[in-house]
Amino acid sequence: MAIIPNKHEMPVQDPKVRAHNFNEVALGYTAEIAIEEANRCLNCKNRPCVAGCPVNIHIPEFIAQVKEGNFEEAYKIINQNSSLPAVCGRVCPQESQCEKVCTVGIRFEPVGIGRLERFVADYHNDNSKELAEIPESNGHKVAIVGSGPSGLTCAGDLAKKGYKVTVYEALHTAGGVLVYGIPEFRLPKKIVAKEVETLKQLGVDIETNVVIGRTLTIDELFDMGFEAVFVGSGAGLPNFMNIPGESLKGVYSANEFLTRSNLMKSYLDDPVTPIMKGGKVAVVGGGNVAMDAARTALRLGAEKVYIVYRRSLEELPARKEEVEHAMEEGIEFLLLHNPLEILGYNNEEDPKDPKNGFVKGMKCIKMELGEPDASGRRRPVPIEGSEFEIAVDTVIMSIGTSPNPLIKDTTKGLEVNSHGGIIVNEDGLTSRENVYAGGDAVTGAATVISAMGAGKLAAKSIDEYLSKR
Amino acid sequence: MYKIVSKKPLNATVTQMEIDAPLVAKKAKPGQFVILRVDEEGERIPLTVAGTNPEKGTVKIIFQIVGATTERLNHKNEGEFLQDFVGPLGVATHTEGIKKVCIVGGGVGCAIAMPVAQEFHRLGADVTSIIGFRSKDIVILEEEFNECSNKMVLMCDDGSYGRQGNVTLPLKEMLEAGEKFDQIITIGPLIMMKFVVETAKPFNIPVSVSMNPIMIDGTGMCGCCRLTLHQDGKNVTKFACVDGPDFNGYEVDFDEAMSRNRMYMDFERHAYEETCNLFKGVE
Repeated sequence: MAIIPNKHEMPVQDPKVRAHNFNEVALGYTAEIAIEEANRCLNCKNRPCVAGCPVNIHIPEFIAQVKEGNFEEAYKIINQNSSLPAVCGRVCPQESQCEKVCTVGIRFEPVGIGRLERFVADYHNDNSKELAEIPESNGHKVAIVGSGPSGLTCAGDLAKKGYKVTVYEALHTAGGVLVYGIPEFRLPKKIVAKEVETLKQLGVDIETNVVIGRTLTIDELFDMGFEAVFVGSGAGLPNFMNIPGESLKGVYSANEFLTRSNLMKSYLDDPVTPIMKGGKVAVVGGGNVAMDAARTALRLGAEKVYIVYRRSLEELPARKEEVEHAMEEGIEFLLLHNPLEILGYNNEEDPKDPKNGFVKGMKCIKMELGEPDASGRRRPVPIEGSEFEIAVDTVIMSIGTSPNPLIKDTTKGLEVNSHGGIIVNEDGLTSRENVYAGGDAVTGAATVISAMGAGKLAAKSIDEYLSKR
Repeated sequence: MYKIVSKKPLNATVTQMEIDAPLVAKKAKPGQFVILRVDEEGERIPLTVAGTNPEKGTVKIIFQIVGATTERLNHKNEGEFLQDFVGPLGVATHTEGIKKVCIVGGGVGCAIAMPVAQEFHRLGADVTSIIGFRSKDIVILEEEFNECSNKMVLMCDDGSYGRQGNVTLPLKEMLEAGEKFDQIITIGPLIMMKFVVETAKPFNIPVSVSMNPIMIDGTGMCGCCRLTLHQDGKNVTKFACVDGPDFNGYEVDFDEAMSRNRMYMDFERHAYEETCNLFKGVE
């Protein structure tokens, strides 16, 4: 049977409609499409996709079950390696992981592995009434700092092995970046809540409102009887460009803008936490977070949204799909542009003018690409005399984060690198005995799946260590 | 959920509550703050810790009803619960090596200044307290300040109680008379703290100010609470939630901080009115 050359399209909301709502953009495969897409898989011998997956999901095996319509069986196979399949199926950059190395992809489009994973997870969440089996306790206690993707993965893997796991979360809701960062239209919060619920059924305790480094320290966790600690505390404080005007009213970090909208639900019609809606918005940066911020601003009613990025489309670090979605929705990309200054409103005749101190525009300079820099990407160089102004009311800085100092400052002997990231060895172990770390706290801002991979590795190392005790 | 163990009005718009939060009570030091949410779907607001009872496991908060959330908070009664209560956050007030201190509090800021004054008193420092209010009817914590201060001056803007004038008046007199404080610590409205800094400047006495910017997470993630410090001719961005809330008053850009605090003024006024109407409907 000949292979259908292209992936089955993901049904999506019409761009014109979705630009004005927060409902999920991608609607998911139906069972029929899923089976047809699964049939594109060759079930090849060398299974490059499994090695391409940071958590090594047994991809051909689960796809084989989808082919047969055994969706629940497929779920069980995915679940052996991933505690958050409905999340990964949505936010993983499959195009640079499993799908990148897919054998079908050599001649045609690769198998839509991510779309199939999402379908299987959603099918399970919608249809399965089975409660997770509670494993027999092995009597060991492990504490996890942070309930983001790395922490939840580590918790899930350990709980399945019988560990008594407590996850400490600083915010009032579990999920970390999955709830405060990634918007509803890309990852509905009820899906995160469902995955967290599954972990609770496995016996994982989730303690919200506990800031490790403040409420409790790592040393106190050991005093409380935990035998190992995994730190998955996330990326930390937002970076700014250090250009004039960044403290004007209307300048946000992407973290703040997204936290207001996602975690605090400012996107609702009558929110309790305010956010600037409407007007013209410039988002500075080109990562996935920048795309999320831009598309959120659009849905909040902005009349115009720009992405301002200093390199070209080729270097844009965001996932291709996110960039395409953003473009379809009408976001304008000012590529090879760099901000020089954010301009504020200042009515000198009336110091009480309520508009004073708010953003009114941004001065940018055009860039061209020069020689490759340390990152291997061509270095953007300003074109002299090309400065110009754009009129905007809101500027969102999305240029990365620096690690949060709380845990480093309160944990003696915990070594960090020059960027403040926690140093770990190949097992995920830090310089402190029995303290493991992973995710953005180690690497700086990265992807959900790489954080999950780190959580998984740490769970394996913790198990190897504690099971010998 | 966090139980309200006691509730007591300090004046018409300022309320004191004790909240059952053992982990916070064990750790909190003067100068640190908590973030709370009154109910599900509520906003996160920072409030400075006004005292703790580690044995009882309670944390004292004192708040002024200034907006929708504090209005909602004030409608909660003893025995009821708060949705979320997290802390202690921020860095505790620096006390080391300070033998003679002047605490300058203004309005509800006195609620935060009080535990700081008490801490210095406990450590055996010489404590001068200057506390200021608009008028007699909103004076709070007079007795508490008297108990922990070697010298205490109470000011009212309108002269209805204590001495007439604002807090910088006695401060200036003391400094001119040659008082040598190791440190001045001021907590209150931004404009008051700005003038305390200006008053102290000619006398070269260190001034620590307690900043209260708008916050969301309060743990060093969102960057909303950033402020600009002028350090060695350079502008440096700091975050009140993890670097503060106390900062060197000579470095803080007060005008910027005041402007930023007014960012959502219209929204806040509207939300406050809505909430008041809501409660009127109930009563």
